[in-house]
Amino acid sequence: MRQSIRVVRALTRRALNEILRVPGAAIPGVLAPTIFFIGLSGAFGRAASLPGFHADDFRTFIIPVSILQGAGFTGAATGVNLARDIEHGWFDRLLVCPAPRVTLLAGIVASAAIRALIPATFVLTVALCVGVHWPGIDGLIITFILAMGLATVMAFWSAIIALKFRTQQAAPLMQVANFILVLFTSAYAPLALLSGWLRHIAEVNPVTQVLEGARQGFVGSVTWHQTWQALLAIAGLQVVLGLFAVRSMRRYGV
Amino acid sequence: MLRASLALARRALSTTLRRPQFLAPLVIFPSLFLAINTGGLHRSTNLPGFPHVHGFLDFQLAAAMVQSLMIGGVGAGIATALEIEGGFFDRLVASPIPRVAIPLGRIMAGSVIAAMQVVYFLIIGLVFGAHIAAGVPGVLMVLLIGVVAGTGFCALGVMLALRARNASTVQGIFPLVFVALFISSAFFPRRLLSHPADWAAAYNPLSYVADGIRDPIISPITATTAIEGLAAALLIAALGIGLSVAALRGRLREA
Repeated sequence: MRQSIRVVRALTRRALNEILRVPGAAIPGVLAPTIFFIGLSGAFGRAASLPGFHADDFRTFIIPVSILQGAGFTGAATGVNLARDIEHGWFDRLLVCPAPRVTLLAGIVASAAIRALIPATFVLTVALCVGVHWPGIDGLIITFILAMGLATVMAFWSAIIALKFRTQQAAPLMQVANFILVLFTSAYAPLALLSGWLRHIAEVNPVTQVLEGARQGFVGSVTWHQTWQALLAIAGLQVVLGLFAVRSMRRYGV
Repeated sequence: MLRASLALARRALSTTLRRPQFLAPLVIFPSLFLAINTGGLHRSTNLPGFPHVHGFLDFQLAAAMVQSLMIGGVGAGIATALEIEGGFFDRLVASPIPRVAIPLGRIMAGSVIAAMQVVYFLIIGLVFGAHIAAGVPGVLMVLLIGVVAGTGFCALGVMLALRARNASTVQGIFPLVFVALFISSAFFPRRLLSHPADWAAAYNPLSYVADGIRDPIISPITATTAIEGLAAALLIAALGIGLSVAALRGRLREA
């Protein structure tokens, strides 16, 4: 067990070193959610004056979406890096080391959770500078935990894709899942204001619960009811995609 | 020159159509945004000052088309950069054809792809309940402005590739597509944009292209909007082609 933790820490450190050595690689993950936050606020800001919109400012309503989007991008980027390691043969060398494959996967996923804090902090700082409400310490902690959780979910997904296709060209498949999961929710408007088909999708999409959990501190007060639903949703996604990722990892190269 | 340009355009078109990884982003991302914007903000048509439209989908179609055409420009740039990286561009330069035909061929292929993109979104719109208020002349107007603007975006992509010479730099331009769109009236009426996006939108040619494409969809053709849309698209096309030819000359001088 102690050996496994050491491997996970080493793999996480390797992924974090990459940020220092290739800072340019982290820029898209930070830039994209920030652009979306500022752009969507500028374009659709007046939508907050619609009857039934339970936030007095569209920026405050949309900021958790951008934080989760950034986390998702980071998770997907982990899969792209894994595909690159497969293409370059580094992953094959990793497989011959005496560490269980689950441990290798845990290292990859753990790095995504930690890296997700970078875009989340950056977007939130920009948002606070342009006047978004302070969510409170409890709201902030819950938002960051959920962002880290979503990054691991997307890391599991992108690892499955990377192990299946073994090429960086599959990157759009990894990213598009993030778009679908995060945006086909109550991202742009409260559930009651969504059109019928989108409301049905949002109601069954577990990320809606995650988003509402992250949003609660920004648009109201933090409640245990909303929090446990969000945590349960993220845990469920982690378990399901984690199992598939472990399966892909065990079957790789066998 | 025309024969060489046409041959290169045919080649560029067939290689693009053979690679779904180049075509998918042109369709997938704008379609997703179209669905999400329409489903999420369909009540926006009730906002005071929102133009009279049959539905929010009708309004958003132009945004999806412009977005797709701009991503098409990035795609053309990436394809050109890959040809430079792979050495094919140098072989073309060494061959006995007018050199201007090299960017022109890629740009002509971009025009054809732009027409396909516009038709795709028109079909998507009609399937999901949009109306083209100006009828067949409206469709032709949408197609005209869309193809001219798409040609311009493609030319700008080629220019970037000739200057940058590597695909990853051109790929890095991708987020700017969204920046340019968000500070235009592509997604929302100009008078309802927040400040300073409303101010920027007034000077952004994309606003006029989007309004020109949107106008025949949501109302009978308005001469002023159509002329402004076409003029903005022509401006982008002329600028793009001029700059790409200049970039080619600069590159040949350095070689």
